[in-house]
Amino acid sequence: MIVANRKPFEEIVEMVKPFKRILLLGCNECVTVCAVGGTKEVGVLASELRMHRQKEGQPIEIKEHTLERNCDPEYVETLGPIIGDVEAALSMACGCGIQFVGEHYRDKLVLPAVNTTFDGVTEEHGVWAERCLGCGNCVLDRTLGVCPVARCAKSLFNGPCGGSHGGKCEVSDETPCGWQLIVDRYKEMNMLQKYMEIQPLKNWTTSRDGGPRRRVREDLKI
Amino acid sequence: MSASNLEKVLKSGNFAVTSECGPPRGADAEVVRKKGSYLKGYVDGVNVTDNQTSVVRMSSIGAAVLLKQMGFDPIMQMVCRDRNRIALQSDLLGAAALGLDNVLCLSGDHQKFGDHATAKNVFDIDSMQLIQTVRQLRDDGRFLSGEEVKGKPDMFIGCAENPFADPFEIRAMRLAKKAACGAQFVQTQCIFNVPKFEKWMEMVRDLGVHEKVYILAGITPCKSIGMARYMQKSVPGMDVPEDLITRLKGVAKEKVVEEGIKICVETIEQVRAIKGVAGVHIMAIEWEEKVGEIVEAAKLHPRPA
Repeated sequence: MIVANRKPFEEIVEMVKPFKRILLLGCNECVTVCAVGGTKEVGVLASELRMHRQKEGQPIEIKEHTLERNCDPEYVETLGPIIGDVEAALSMACGCGIQFVGEHYRDKLVLPAVNTTFDGVTEEHGVWAERCLGCGNCVLDRTLGVCPVARCAKSLFNGPCGGSHGGKCEVSDETPCGWQLIVDRYKEMNMLQKYMEIQPLKNWTTSRDGGPRRRVREDLKI
Repeated sequence: MSASNLEKVLKSGNFAVTSECGPPRGADAEVVRKKGSYLKGYVDGVNVTDNQTSVVRMSSIGAAVLLKQMGFDPIMQMVCRDRNRIALQSDLLGAAALGLDNVLCLSGDHQKFGDHATAKNVFDIDSMQLIQTVRQLRDDGRFLSGEEVKGKPDMFIGCAENPFADPFEIRAMRLAKKAACGAQFVQTQCIFNVPKFEKWMEMVRDLGVHEKVYILAGITPCKSIGMARYMQKSVPGMDVPEDLITRLKGVAKEKVVEEGIKICVETIEQVRAIKGVAGVHIMAIEWEEKVGEIVEAAKLHPRPA
């Protein structure tokens, strides 16, 4: 799922300062699962903003709405009657959703209420962690299911750097060393010799370095 | 064989001595010359660090050329953190054209540790792939693209290894991998825990890697108890045993420096006795003026002509 964090309240307040009537938009997909931008969080932020603006003597009218998905035209197109009479939309969807709504309603500003952070998993209740950088050329077969691109702070392909200590990354004691995890997998699977394979230079054209990416399936086009 | 003095010393079977010169945080060439003056006559090669700990400094190529002009054989360090494969190859050609004969290929400390923590890192390739890159330019005369290099850079290729980092069980294999990539010499992380280093060397010998790369044991003198404690607690992948700190604490305050040097010389003697160790790399961090004293005390002076 795409994981996001809510922006600091002060930043959101500053962003909506010029407006008296806004739409606060949530999404029922990833941001709901990571508890940042679903119906519940939309309700909380709307109340916070209303109270704050009331206290400041500059009340704001906030419409609350949560789309099933903000990244799909089928749902985004249903926003027409809802977004029509607001001055701006404040979105709690991921960066994809924020942009996509903006692309559909070009006379509106669509402002981000969250910082989209990574593609990850729920490690435990209340803990999400990064797993994939979407490099477009998966090597998980070679590293037994642990991604060196996403999980090593330096995206090293041929083993841990000299900063790996006690299973942790040199960048933070909170971060597991990706290569320790890979070596652990080699050992678990009795495949430690696999470490000796020299991984060639990566072709990054399938990653962001090839420019913004697009996938077209002619057979699915209508 | 390259024109590298270090390569010549190692190939002739001499026990090599290298040291390090960290470039200044400015454009003052005199700082480099002054640091160099402390090392003159005591080393076979001088490492020139590449923005170590991600703090911006004079470039390793620039400082290495200044040292070359003083008659040193510089070992230009090159990290993958700040340059992609285009810039790395370009700088290798420039360095070779300026007469630099050694390159030490490193991944590079994460930018988090430096003075520009908000920077974007590169890591297009890793240190092993950089080793392969230098070898390919030199031996095949081909860029990574496959295009022909007109005027091959002839360099002696080095790498680093940390026997004290985790996971320990692959640290000798990692060096074997670097040797397979084309590394000809390795300088290790600072050794304070000699028994652990010996264990690592045993694993290295089991893989036969000591016959493929020259192993230079990393040595760092401790200036103070504070420095030892800092390295123990705050430098990832550094193994400073409590015994060493106890020993420094056991002498009078004015004798700590002397004791630190003494430990350093003893460490050199200990690692020299280990089969497969071809030299020492003395990293006297911001303490270059002590290198001569250490080399003399370890009876490694004079150096081969």
